[in-house]
Amino acid sequence: MTALFIRDFRLALRAGGGALVGILFFLAVITVVPFGVGPDLALLSRIGPAMLWIGALLAALLGLDRLFQADRDDGSLDLLIMAADRHMLSVTVLTKCLAHWTATVLPLVIASPLLGLFMNMTPTAIGATALTLLVGTPAITLIGAAGAALAVSLPRGGLLVSVIVLPLTIPVLIFGVSAAYGAVTESAPFLAPFLILAAITLFFAVIGPLAAAAALKFSTD
Amino acid sequence: MTDTAAQPTRLLDLANPTRFLSLAGALLPWLAGLSALVLAVGLTMSFNAPDDYQQGMTVKIMFIHVPFAWLSMMCYTLMAASSVGTLVWRHPLADVSAKAAAPIGAAFTALALITGSLWGQPMWGTWWVWDARLTSVFVLFLMYLGIIALSRALDDPAKSARAAAVLTLVGFINIPIIKFSVDWWNTLHQPASVLRAGGSAIDPSLLRPLLVMALGFTLLFFTLHMMAMRNEIWRRRVIAMRRMAARKADRNDAVASEAIFSKDPAA
Repeated sequence: MTALFIRDFRLALRAGGGALVGILFFLAVITVVPFGVGPDLALLSRIGPAMLWIGALLAALLGLDRLFQADRDDGSLDLLIMAADRHMLSVTVLTKCLAHWTATVLPLVIASPLLGLFMNMTPTAIGATALTLLVGTPAITLIGAAGAALAVSLPRGGLLVSVIVLPLTIPVLIFGVSAAYGAVTESAPFLAPFLILAAITLFFAVIGPLAAAAALKFSTD
Repeated sequence: MTDTAAQPTRLLDLANPTRFLSLAGALLPWLAGLSALVLAVGLTMSFNAPDDYQQGMTVKIMFIHVPFAWLSMMCYTLMAASSVGTLVWRHPLADVSAKAAAPIGAAFTALALITGSLWGQPMWGTWWVWDARLTSVFVLFLMYLGIIALSRALDDPAKSARAAAVLTLVGFINIPIIKFSVDWWNTLHQPASVLRAGGSAIDPSLLRPLLVMALGFTLLFFTLHMMAMRNEIWRRRVIAMRRMAARKADRNDAVASEAIFSKDPAA
């Protein structure tokens, strides 16, 4: 499992520009926002956490179809599925998700404080947003694994994965943004939505790999 | 003894597509007629129902809005049950049932959203609010569209059915969220008022037409579902027959060309 993690991590870093493309996309989304809503600094700092979350969500969705596609193309996915009697397939999927998250989504979380400066956010808001992203984005990758596994046999599955996964990520977005706002505003609580966000991540850590493993198994036979 | 042995086989017989087709053919006219009758009675009752003391005429939207919303959830539950059938027993009829139900469910959900928004404009002063009930129903609508897109994207019907079944079961999390969203969060949408502990909060004069309408729309849903399932089975048979015809034509061509070639040296 460790070997698989390291292998996937290295492949994800080196394939197609790796983590940098995701960060560039994230940067592009955030840069577009001031052009869309106008360069009003007060407004930008108010919608900042939400925009960072939406940007991170889109950037995380962008790379999801690569999760199983490359392995399917070179045939190693079939080997992983055939090894299911030694390593439970869900655990394999979970490992792959973690490697994918570390290689492509974690850089986004690390880059988010810098992008928060562009949005004129306060240090507290930046810290809270980065923390909620750190806790919440694994859920997106784990739900996305189920979508990516469903669409793995399609020739152009990338767009379909986003369509399938987006409705399921809405709770993550809701609680992530409300926790980020809870840290800034006095009236709203921070801890309650933050704990629900962590619970969603843990919940999908079980559901996502199970569903993805089932879908992968059905896609081969 | 023979009865208990015969019972399960009789139930299983229904799972045979040909038997299902003959049953559907026999049942459909009755079901369609019954749903038309109940809907006609329900519509008359709703037109004669008294106006609400606060909402006036607009309360009549409830008689179609609430059944649509119920059916959108019931249809998804039916699809989830069919998906279990697809994944556990790998039964083709369950695939057909789930695939046929998705567009109908999407239509009912869209109608629930549209009628709700028409009701919301005079009552809340806005077409749309992002409150928990409305958002979760909207997510349900998106889930239906995603399932339809996924099941149309794969060519092989058995594969697409299994993929759609996994997605349906994952999306089933949304159904309890819709049901309890009005209790968990403070929403603009009113809390459950028909089915609740301590009796219904709606006056019998309004409740009776609502229940008749709900029954009528449920019958309509089953009629449409059965028709869609029949269509789907026929469509698959037509595709299979076309394939067989194409294969036969290929073979005939091959035989014909062979005959020509074998004649050549003689000529």
